[in-house]
Amino acid sequence: MNRFIPRALMAPAVISLFLWMIVPLVMTIYFSLIRYNLMQPDQTGFIGLENFEYFMTDPSFGTAVMNTLLLLGSVILITVVLGTLLALLIDEPFPGRGLVRILLISPFFVMPTVNALLWKHMMMNPIYGVLAQVWIFFGGTPVDWLTDFPLFSVIVIVSWQWLPFATLIFITSLQSMNREQLEASRMDGANYLQQLRYLYLPHLARSVAIVVMIEMIFLLSVFAEIYTTTGGGPGDASTNVAFLIFKQALLNFDAGVASAGALFAVVLANIAAVFLIRMVGKNLDK
Amino acid sequence: MTQRKTFSWLFWLRTLTAWGVTFLLFFPLGWLVLTAFKTELQAISVPPLVFFTPTLENFEIVQERSDYMLYATNSLITSVASTILGLALAFPAAYAMAFFKGKYTKDILMWMLSTKMMPAVGALVPVYVMAQTSGLLDTRTGLVIVFTLSNLPIMVWMLYSYLKEIPAEILEASRMDGATLWNEFRYVLLPLTMGGLASTGLLTLVLSWNEAFWSLNLSAAKAGTLATLIASYSSPEGLFWAKLSAASFMAIAPIVVFGWFSQKQLVQGLTFGAVK
Repeated sequence: MNRFIPRALMAPAVISLFLWMIVPLVMTIYFSLIRYNLMQPDQTGFIGLENFEYFMTDPSFGTAVMNTLLLLGSVILITVVLGTLLALLIDEPFPGRGLVRILLISPFFVMPTVNALLWKHMMMNPIYGVLAQVWIFFGGTPVDWLTDFPLFSVIVIVSWQWLPFATLIFITSLQSMNREQLEASRMDGANYLQQLRYLYLPHLARSVAIVVMIEMIFLLSVFAEIYTTTGGGPGDASTNVAFLIFKQALLNFDAGVASAGALFAVVLANIAAVFLIRMVGKNLDK
Repeated sequence: MTQRKTFSWLFWLRTLTAWGVTFLLFFPLGWLVLTAFKTELQAISVPPLVFFTPTLENFEIVQERSDYMLYATNSLITSVASTILGLALAFPAAYAMAFFKGKYTKDILMWMLSTKMMPAVGALVPVYVMAQTSGLLDTRTGLVIVFTLSNLPIMVWMLYSYLKEIPAEILEASRMDGATLWNEFRYVLLPLTMGGLASTGLLTLVLSWNEAFWSLNLSAAKAGTLATLIASYSSPEGLFWAKLSAASFMAIAPIVVFGWFSQKQLVQGLTFGAVK
């Protein structure tokens, strides 16, 4: 009985998650090996690895992989660095800290589609956008952000959304620091930089690991922000792997090639997962 | 004396910087709220208007044009239902993993997390085909199932990290006293894990409310959520900033305010209890 009950309790979650993983996976493998274009329903049949070849030799493919990694890397870097600075800035009490905390965290709760539209139209619009007006005010030429710097713009939007998350985690972690230890180090004549190096940053290590983990899970599949702002363009300038698969599936109606792409994404996700598991395993076991 | 002076000088510098940075970071959101109360002409005025007479006409127009209530109801129902269903699935599993640790518990946990690593778009074609053949396309039920499953790994992890912290002795003691599994759950475990259940539920609610990928691709006129409504404003003919802002305002206000009140629980949940 003691063996049966835990298994019975786990079964619903494990089985449903297993089905959620395996059924689409098997179907994807099947689709990836056949000719399956919704626009040419009469052409079917087994074609082996042709879909894979098509997906991987597509000139967009290399760009999409690069963009995925660039987006992931820069957003993580920006949010961790700025998040740490912000958290250190508001760690000690000052007038209105409660309100500052609330305002700072807000972007995280805003749905990605709204974030994207807000930046696209009201901030980055080259004529009426607030940024353009600021540029003009300082005598500069307005920039057409989404056309001229599409990937950079997406990185800005996504970072803006995830910065509050990193800040919130870091500030919570800082609040749990041993105040007496900090006081003692100050008594011993440590300056702020030394405190930062030997007390604050080591204390933050674990929360950095967690922020990187959570962001990795969500940022590998950034979609809504690209869909609503640049549509992956111009050209492939802001297409990531997730968006490329979407393009094949719903814009080119080629379910076969999209499935091959999806399997590639699974491989990419698993490589990322291996890194994660090492990191998380090390950090959460303590 | 001099030391105190530098202290207060630093103090005000810190305060000012903090408020300055906050203003910059919150600005886009504040601007969205301002724009929601402008007329279309004021919304695109050059240079941008900061002072104006606020109007509520955008909110009325959004209501009339697109049946905001339908989308809001869909959002509310799908996120609440998937949260409840998710908790019902995740809690027993997390309980079993935390208190009856087996040889494969750790592997199962890692495997669950790894299912979350695959971009949703990878499963789009199969899920779309399944939803279509089972008649769940553009239904709330379909969205609830998909939201629940995609949040399940995170929910199991969060609850697991909470339950792990509870000393097994407490449960053993109650079992010694002859408590049944149900009584143990109801009178010992549940009161101890209310905090964990709350943060897990809160996060799931936020994630499902804001979920865009599946709702954009699996729902349309009938089961569309607020994310779908907003996306429809991105088309060229829907491009009126004041109305877009008003619609966005109505879509995000409930969950943002909700988030303000629950940030503490959210942190605990999101970091799997590892950051306190």
